[in-house]
Amino acid sequence: MYSEKVMDHFQNPRNVGEIEGASGVGTVGNAKCGDIMRMYLDIDEDGIIRDCKFKTFGCGAAVATSSMATELVKGKTIQEALQVTNKAVMEALDGLPPVKVHCSLLAEEAIHAALWDYAEKHGIKIEGLDKPKSDISEGEEEEEY
Amino acid sequence: MKTTIYLDNAATTKTAQEVVDAMLPYFTESYGNPSSIYEIGQRSKEAITKAREQIAEVLGAKSEEIYFTAGGSEADNWALKAAFEAYKSKGNHIITTKIEHHAILHTCEYLEKRGARVTYLDVDENGIVKLDDLLEAITPETILISIMFANNEIGAVQPIKEIGMIAKEHNILFHTDAVQAFGQVPIHVDEMNIDMLSSSGHKINGPKGIGFLYIRKGVKIRSFVHGGAQERKRRAGTENVPAIVGYGVAAERAARTMEERTKKEIELRDYFIGRILNEIPYVRLNGDAKRRLPNNINVSFQFIEGESLLIMLDMKGIAASSGSACTSGSLDPSHVLLAIGLPHEIAHGSLRMTISEETTKEDLDYTLDQIKEIVNRLRELSPLYEDFIKKQKQNRA
Repeated sequence: MYSEKVMDHFQNPRNVGEIEGASGVGTVGNAKCGDIMRMYLDIDEDGIIRDCKFKTFGCGAAVATSSMATELVKGKTIQEALQVTNKAVMEALDGLPPVKVHCSLLAEEAIHAALWDYAEKHGIKIEGLDKPKSDISEGEEEEEY
Repeated sequence: MKTTIYLDNAATTKTAQEVVDAMLPYFTESYGNPSSIYEIGQRSKEAITKAREQIAEVLGAKSEEIYFTAGGSEADNWALKAAFEAYKSKGNHIITTKIEHHAILHTCEYLEKRGARVTYLDVDENGIVKLDDLLEAITPETILISIMFANNEIGAVQPIKEIGMIAKEHNILFHTDAVQAFGQVPIHVDEMNIDMLSSSGHKINGPKGIGFLYIRKGVKIRSFVHGGAQERKRRAGTENVPAIVGYGVAAERAARTMEERTKKEIELRDYFIGRILNEIPYVRLNGDAKRRLPNNINVSFQFIEGESLLIMLDMKGIAASSGSACTSGSLDPSHVLLAIGLPHEIAHGSLRMTISEETTKEDLDYTLDQIKEIVNRLRELSPLYEDFIKKQKQNRA
């Protein structure tokens, strides 16, 4: 069902974790659909993404696309990171099954959401970046078992 | 990795050797058409008659009330569509539940487009139909009640005897989808007032592609597949003789071994459920603890998603199933888990394991070790878990 690369990134995801005091954090997706991605960016004064980490709740493809997206944006400038589209993520993973294409879209949106957060925190405008479409619904109480 | 521990017996079962042995002669030796008058044809006919008797015996039915189909889905489709057609003049109302198999639910949706009015009963938090709700739903137009014997996902066994009684008192046809229950729990069509019952061969160590619909004598539903005079002119098509033979043996075998087998399965099931609930935090059991199929375990692990869990189990050689959206091919998690009131994210984290007579305690101990490790790993990855832990720390501070 999944390519070898997807399986590799699912089994050994790169850059899992959080960044304390991150320059930008973006969370996209929602628990209702079963996919949530959170991306942390550490961006230096020159606008270079020095570090990138993620956490994902979701299927194998969701984990793999997040992992690949962090690899693709690490060391890039903000403008270069904006070029990391869902297509780029999919190609880097040697493709995804058709029902999983939305996972790669989510990865693209997670990058955008983290960059948007960075821009807002620093009061700047990033050329070509629109406010991310989806975000997890706020205020939902989690149930405990 | 090659599957070494098979915990998906609600999906399908291993065909028993005894069943395969019984089937084999009907491919190359006794291959005659049962409708032919010569000896080799009549041999096939006798084999079918025997299988029909074996199955009828298990249900307390008459053998002429068993009609072979290509499987459980065909039996469900036939029962609903033909009952609606036959009893249209009496009314157009059908009562079913929200937790039925799609073979029932999608057939009901099809009938709704053709003038049926369908009530989908809620279930309680353990997946059991409430009899008061059923009584309230009945109208003078109600022509059919179709409620599954036991649920395929959470194993909840329904109060079929009571439902049958209600149906009889109101003079309404009662159909039950017993695909998961037949051969697992005792069923008696007369004592339970069941008018129609669907079953499938491959769920009870029989072959795939064969099922039956039990139709009580006097229930006036017509043929679903038109053609030859097979199955008392109610289901045309040359009989799948080897499969029917295998099904008969599987049914007889399931009934013969039921008591001992299910006793062992219940012990293992409860041992396993107990260990999961005690040893893994933030987990819940889905479905009733007692009124459940002997082989069914269904739990939800909070903060993680089912497909990831399944892939990781598969890599350890363990085959199981989940009600997450990713495994259902849609964006919504299992309708059954939503019907028992689970929030979406908890439904996405469900894991169903259905054991068999061959499952050992060692298999389950190994599986539990793997689940623990995988759940930990996926929680470390989960932003939901991260938020939960942060919230806990805040609350403590």
